[in-house]
Amino acid sequence: MTEAAALETVDVTCVFQVSQGLLRGSKPLRAVNGVSLKIPRGQVVGLVGESGCGKSTMANILLGLQRPSSGDVLYSGSSAAGFSRREIARRIQPIFQDPYSSLNPTKTIESIISQPLRIHNVGAPSEWSGRVGEMLDVVGLPRRVASSYPSQLSGGQRQRVAIARALIMRQEVVICDEPTSALDVSVQSQILNLLQDLKEELGLTYLLISHNLAVVQHMADRVAVMYLGRIVEEADSDTLFGDPRHPYTRALLGSVLTPDPRLGVPDTHLGAVFPNPLDPPPGCSFHPRCPECMEICRSEPPRPASEGGHNTECHLYNGAGVSRTATQSRGTP
Amino acid sequence: MASQTILEVENLRVDIPVAAGMLHPVRGIGFSVSRGETLCIVGESGCGKSLTSLAVMGLLPKTARRTADRMDFLGRDIRDFREREMARLRGGSMSMIFQEPMTSLNPSYTIGNQLAEVYLRHVEQNRAAARDRAVFLLEKVGISSAASRLGQYPQQLSGGQRQRVMIAMALMCGPELIIADEPTTALDVTIQAQILRLLAELQREFRMGMILITHDLGIVARVADKVQVMYAGKTVEEGPCETVFDAPMHPYTQGLLRCIPIPGRTRRGERLGSVPGIVPNLVGDLAGCMFRNRCDHAGDACAGMPDEPTRMGDGHAYTCLRTPEEVLGERQAAEAP
Repeated sequence: MTEAAALETVDVTCVFQVSQGLLRGSKPLRAVNGVSLKIPRGQVVGLVGESGCGKSTMANILLGLQRPSSGDVLYSGSSAAGFSRREIARRIQPIFQDPYSSLNPTKTIESIISQPLRIHNVGAPSEWSGRVGEMLDVVGLPRRVASSYPSQLSGGQRQRVAIARALIMRQEVVICDEPTSALDVSVQSQILNLLQDLKEELGLTYLLISHNLAVVQHMADRVAVMYLGRIVEEADSDTLFGDPRHPYTRALLGSVLTPDPRLGVPDTHLGAVFPNPLDPPPGCSFHPRCPECMEICRSEPPRPASEGGHNTECHLYNGAGVSRTATQSRGTP
Repeated sequence: MASQTILEVENLRVDIPVAAGMLHPVRGIGFSVSRGETLCIVGESGCGKSLTSLAVMGLLPKTARRTADRMDFLGRDIRDFREREMARLRGGSMSMIFQEPMTSLNPSYTIGNQLAEVYLRHVEQNRAAARDRAVFLLEKVGISSAASRLGQYPQQLSGGQRQRVMIAMALMCGPELIIADEPTTALDVTIQAQILRLLAELQREFRMGMILITHDLGIVARVADKVQVMYAGKTVEEGPCETVFDAPMHPYTQGLLRCIPIPGRTRRGERLGSVPGIVPNLVGDLAGCMFRNRCDHAGDACAGMPDEPTRMGDGHAYTCLRTPEEVLGERQAAEAP
């Protein structure tokens, strides 16, 4: 590839020391454990996984809010080490899940949306209100809300304000952390349509973090599945949803509840217990919940295996021979 | 079968005085639940679905006024029950499961204490029996080494486990009716599937009636026997689950179903359907169809629309001026290539 990805992480690890209580010392928690993820320009990359898998820590690292313990983040090919927080913020902005807590209730909408301009000292203050008006048009809000306060707006309108704030600096990369989970379905579809339109019009790049796989499938070009700090499977959207390989991915896909009244609630075959990240299981960290667990999974962590851009980290696909039989054996359900 | 009916509600209304006048969050809802049956009430936030359940349980805020033409629980009229009598029902033969297990469990008492309390209060003053029942139910809801969990505090459990404890607690006194308000909204998709399966299994095993309140049409389709779609405090469509999903008649139901991306049916990058606009203000005198300002088919007649639903047979009914012929004709035209 000639063009550098808009955003890339190279073997990023993030370790937190978690206190075990008074006098008991602390234990390392590997929230993100050696993740390499590329977000190509103009694409939507989906990041999915259960809570506690490290998705949000990844978002914080990419936003420059959390320094990785090791590894590097590349912005258009250049290392994060060369950028200050403020410079990173000029390139990449977040949209968070809860539009109720991500907007300051004591500030007007105009003041909220123009805040990035103030912080980065862009243009003359007299131009700001015009820019805010333009952004309100872009996200489909009437200009009169500029003088309102967040509490006067509905959830969907607030999320539009958050999007306007994220885009006013003409950022190219937006990290959407569960952008629609707190919204009603009819509002969710409006926001998803807006995000899609803005992507086309402004040539944006998104990292879409979500636990709603139907939303991810609808939006993302490429999808990465995260489990306990590792990306266990990554492929372009059609491949991943059409031919999921990792047993965890299959379980996740199996638990999507499509509105089909003829199907009951699926059995995910996953054990109930999400492992304690402070004390991850040996070998493959997924093995205690895996319906296809083998002897080797208990002791040895699987190595990443790649096949035509479809990366899987699972012992089923590590050896070429095993891979084929495994693929065949689940061909017929 | 009348003898099987557990709860029957007719024309339930809730009015709350607010600064701007009288708020009418629930405006004449009726439903019934039978033994072993799951009724799903679905709608967006602010449609009155949670207040409906609180009204049934007698847990409305003090300022709220509740009226109903009929509210029969196990054959008894509960409209005029005093707080003492309602308290005896709640947690006993009628129990509930709320959305956020962390806020509905008390962090300063152990799981065992909280489970036992319900039993001691409603069934009998026998600590040993309460403990046995707690262990039995914790095992039933899939919590491992149940006996040793009794001494744990809610914050020592994961979200999914806490919700399992809530379910066990709801079952402590062998209820006839379970009201579950968004029981899985705070949980991961994998855990959500497990909890819903568990609820369905337990419901079948104990032959309970269940009212499940949710905004997630996926959940409704998978667990409901009967569906009731609410908008602005009224039922806009109701009927057997399959019928409502296969042939939605009300424009709001149709709009909601177009809004959700469905793997395999909606294509990537394609625009999703939407229901433009926002829910109306329910303060003051309200008349006509409240959906008319968001509806593609709205006309002048909608402002003075009567409340009488159009009945389709097998319990399927919808409240809209459009005739079944119009809706079905349009659907056939849309499906034709």
